[in-house]
Amino acid sequence: MAAIPALRESAFATAHRVGALVAALVLLVALVLLVGESPLAVFGALLNGAFGTWDQVGRVVNTLTVLLLCSAGLVFTFNAGLYNLGVEGQVTVGAIATTFVLRLVGEMLPGPLAITLSLVAGALGGVSWGLVAGALKVYGRVSEIFAGLGLNFIAQGAAIYLVFGPWKRPGVASTSGTEPFGEHLWLGTFGRTEATPVGVALALIGLLFTILIMQRTYFGLRLRAVGHNPRAADILGVSSARHLLSAFALCGVFAGVAGALQVVGNYHRLTPTISGGLGFLGLLVVMLAGFNALFVLPIAFFFSALNVGSLQLPLVLQRVDSSLSGVIQGVLVLAALMGRGLAQRRAGGSA
Amino acid sequence: MSGEQILVVLATAIASATPLVFAVIGETLSERAGVINLSAEGTIMFCAMVGFAAALASGSVWLGFLAAAAVGALIALIVAFNAITLRQSQIAVGFVLALLFSDLSSFLGVPIVRIPGPTVPAMPLPLLSELPIVGRLLFSSDVVVYASYVLIAITWLFFYRTRAGLMLRAIGEQPNAAFARGADVIRLRYLYTLIGGALMGIAGAAFSLDFKAGWSFRHTGGYGWIALAIVIFGGWNPLRAAFGAYLFGVLQSLASVAQDQFQGVPTQVLNVAPFALMILFLVLTSAGWLDRLLVRAPASVRRRVLQTLRTAPPAALGKPFVQD
Repeated sequence: MAAIPALRESAFATAHRVGALVAALVLLVALVLLVGESPLAVFGALLNGAFGTWDQVGRVVNTLTVLLLCSAGLVFTFNAGLYNLGVEGQVTVGAIATTFVLRLVGEMLPGPLAITLSLVAGALGGVSWGLVAGALKVYGRVSEIFAGLGLNFIAQGAAIYLVFGPWKRPGVASTSGTEPFGEHLWLGTFGRTEATPVGVALALIGLLFTILIMQRTYFGLRLRAVGHNPRAADILGVSSARHLLSAFALCGVFAGVAGALQVVGNYHRLTPTISGGLGFLGLLVVMLAGFNALFVLPIAFFFSALNVGSLQLPLVLQRVDSSLSGVIQGVLVLAALMGRGLAQRRAGGSA
Repeated sequence: MSGEQILVVLATAIASATPLVFAVIGETLSERAGVINLSAEGTIMFCAMVGFAAALASGSVWLGFLAAAAVGALIALIVAFNAITLRQSQIAVGFVLALLFSDLSSFLGVPIVRIPGPTVPAMPLPLLSELPIVGRLLFSSDVVVYASYVLIAITWLFFYRTRAGLMLRAIGEQPNAAFARGADVIRLRYLYTLIGGALMGIAGAAFSLDFKAGWSFRHTGGYGWIALAIVIFGGWNPLRAAFGAYLFGVLQSLASVAQDQFQGVPTQVLNVAPFALMILFLVLTSAGWLDRLLVRAPASVRRRVLQTLRTAPPAALGKPFVQD
């Protein structure tokens, strides 16, 4: 008998998931029609923009590696019950630390060694920024949401200061960033594309690590327990403080490496907006995945394709801005959240 | 700094703080009723675009403000439905809306980027504007600025001097007790969240039709996040929140003065500095170590310091109402 309510609940959930997806698509088509463009033309332009040439596929892969790392890190904080909005700052500080090390040792050490050191520095930068938010949360009782936002502003200020101040390009400082590093400090690529095997490997290892930790270890289980009810966890002997700090630290490492990849793999320099909003986008990915690491890869891939595909939209279709990617991502996540809420309400009401 | 310079700094501060005043009062109203509207960043940015577009199309700035308020309330309705009726995480839905409507403002706003449009006409108040110093500072601007003064006063009176205001505070603190006393918690939470959203919409229009006089991509970037921080800084009290908005205005205004004084510091840093400072201050004052720092202080001093520097959030903030 017990199976019947469960079955009905999952049927509800499926129905609402499909309903939410349909509603999101209808809304998106309406928005595109509103600006006076054909949805089919937009779809074609997006597809072509993301996968039209190997170059573009390479860019999708590069975006994906960074987004995957951010999302995988956020799986830990979300499961610990945290809204880690500071992830953007952690990416930025990781990128700053990476740039610092490359500037320091880039010309003295062989390329691969310098790059390795700089990746480690990125991880350390990210973890330090993550732990600041963590310490504020655990010891200062400051909401991680606002501590994170504040730390984002500070990290961005630091990046801007460095790009326009001490690290400015010889001659005139510019928003395009610092002087690009020599090619010996770039990560190797797949053929002529921009995609880097090291980035892909790091992202996949990171995601696999997250899945294993969350699904196969007691630590993952305890993290979820803390996320569910920190006080109960404390009473049962699971230190919520230690687990919250671990979640911040793990997310910081992942975000820091993501920032490092932006520097050594994508931009080859520090730019004022080096995170490219991929930290915040990671939050959306994990929300859409329902905090489940298993769903992160397909969603992150789709979102990366949207990001890259939308870049040349304004060139192909004059009336469509590249912000369409953000609109699509936001509408999908909003629809999923509402669908989930409606399903829970219906299931709860009929039980 | 000469007296004249100080006056200019303060006048600029008031002008730049006016949109924020609408936003922080709106958010305070919503949070006092128990609902966090985390969409502020998106709501303000989108409504700045909508307000400007509506004013441009209709030729009337006031219709622009009306449209912005209506759209702000509509976005708040999404928050309210998810938070109150569906009992989902207010943070999640608010955050998604913040990103979604920021991007939507760029997507739908392409045709009106950087084109000239109507602005709120200046209107120095007769007699009052001729007062020394205060006249130039407070009474020589426009209706929107005056309306923000009135809004602060009315909200404070409503909160602490009316029965309805008492009920508003009750549904954010003790919704079950308020329900037992006959308050329709659900309906009131909807009402105040929508009013709060409308005020945030007005904040957006105040940017595009008054303070910044125009619209372009991500013109109001960062203001929504800072408004949320100022609400906490203001201890959920409309007067203190408004004070926080003006303080932020002074910081920004000083930053623009400092650009001439410190040539070494890139201007871009000074633009971000007020945001960082504001949140830093918030973090420092709301943290638990303040108690430890004041352990040796006499009890009366300690109480006074803690009372001035921080207040507790509404007890039921962010929690869905479930009838006992």
